[in-house]
Amino acid sequence: MATVSTNEFKNGLKLMFDGEPSTIIENETVKPGKGQAFNRVKIRKLISGKVLEKTIKSGETFDVADVMECDLAFLYSDGEFWHFMNNETFEQIAAEEKAVGESVKWLVEQDECIITLFNGNPIIVTPPNFVELEVTETDPGLKGDTAGTGGKPATLSTGATVRVPLFIQIGEVIRVDTRNGEYVSRVSKA
Amino acid sequence: MNWQPSASITNLQRRAVLLKSIRQFFDRKGVMEVDTPAMSQATVTDVHLHAFDTHFVGPGFANGQRLYLQTSPEFHMKRLLCAGSGAIYQICKAFRNEESGRYHNPEFTMLEWYQPGYQQLDLVKEVDELLQLTLGTAPCEQTTYQQTFIRHTGLDPLCDGLDVLKGFALKHDLGDFVATEQCKDTLLQLIFCFVIEPKIGLEQPIAIIDFPASQASLARIDPVDPRIASRFEFYYQGVELANGFHELSDAVEQRVRFEEDNRVRLQHKLPSQPIDTHLIAALEAGLPDCAGVALGIDRLLMLATQSTHINQVLSFDVTRC
Repeated sequence: MATVSTNEFKNGLKLMFDGEPSTIIENETVKPGKGQAFNRVKIRKLISGKVLEKTIKSGETFDVADVMECDLAFLYSDGEFWHFMNNETFEQIAAEEKAVGESVKWLVEQDECIITLFNGNPIIVTPPNFVELEVTETDPGLKGDTAGTGGKPATLSTGATVRVPLFIQIGEVIRVDTRNGEYVSRVSKA
Repeated sequence: MNWQPSASITNLQRRAVLLKSIRQFFDRKGVMEVDTPAMSQATVTDVHLHAFDTHFVGPGFANGQRLYLQTSPEFHMKRLLCAGSGAIYQICKAFRNEESGRYHNPEFTMLEWYQPGYQQLDLVKEVDELLQLTLGTAPCEQTTYQQTFIRHTGLDPLCDGLDVLKGFALKHDLGDFVATEQCKDTLLQLIFCFVIEPKIGLEQPIAIIDFPASQASLARIDPVDPRIASRFEFYYQGVELANGFHELSDAVEQRVRFEEDNRVRLQHKLPSQPIDTHLIAALEAGLPDCAGVALGIDRLLMLATQSTHINQVLSFDVTRC
């Protein structure tokens, strides 16, 4: 397994900390004029999502986490696993509920998601930044309303709830930013 | 790519003013400005300093000569003192590899000066004068390394053993490596950096004197209490500003310390460094009883301009040079 020393630390580098794949968010060197240098790093553990600070002796080495990301299309869920496919090789991968997590409400069939693999197993499913989903439930809106007022809650086909402008009706398709769960625009049906 | 300077032109003007006032300060005191080489055939043995090196080829050096960029001008300046220079100061570039961050740039500007006849506290007083002049600070606080530790941690750095320090460091979650750390000084430096430094020198600069003998570096061991050395550091608003010694003048002891450093380097799988035999020879000829100090000009300027990153006071930081 490849190792890196603290000198090679940079944001986004993925390493093993406490046996868990983690990514470096911040890295600061603390060095007395005479004496041992330390690195103060902020890391995010990829599986638990926990963010924590660690102090490390400069020069220590760490194992690089065998983490890779790939774009895979969402196929379907059988209730236990969520199945994804590489559109070029047609290779399929099944992700557990733990890996899908909150992303479950943004999964649209055929949408390409980023699947983070650790030692070949999916640990994180990241939906596309924007998804288009149908409104299945919302209060009747008022005519002539424009975006920017308070809006109203709407339930989407995946079960997600977002605030939408008052003019949005059941059956319409809307575009949502999955990073903050906010309504972006109405999508005219083809 | 950005060709623009890292510092604002205003901060560069502040640098010019600062350098001028420092030169006036020493001029008034009759301290001579000197200009020594930035390169040397030998270098420091300090385990925690990483010197840059380069290769000289030219007349008289057919096989080439490795030259190290100085990590401070200390050795050359001491040779001038041995040669009878009297009080001297220098403003120069120092180079340290593997150092880059909020308070570090691999190439930085250092002010270093030596005062024959001074002891530790005489020089503390003079550094304080310079800080009052350049930063407009109130007179500094002064306390020993031991007192500072006891006050802020309850630990006694001179008496407490490895296990007590480990227990404290683990309780404060100062790093997983602590559990297996075997070096007492590493633990002391860790606790100092992360627990004590954030609490000291906030209102006015503080001089920490009498460092443990195990961290003497090139300072004399106290003749009365051999557990401590005549070494001091200045801290102000979270910045380590200056490091000074009542200088070790014993050539034999100096050589022993260099060799001990090299032994530790080999344990750490670091290359041993060529000992500066010019310096040893000069010490054998006799170094006048003196105290010396090195002060980071860039950090001084950071404090004067309330900058949060060293890049804000450098014309071109390492990413733009």
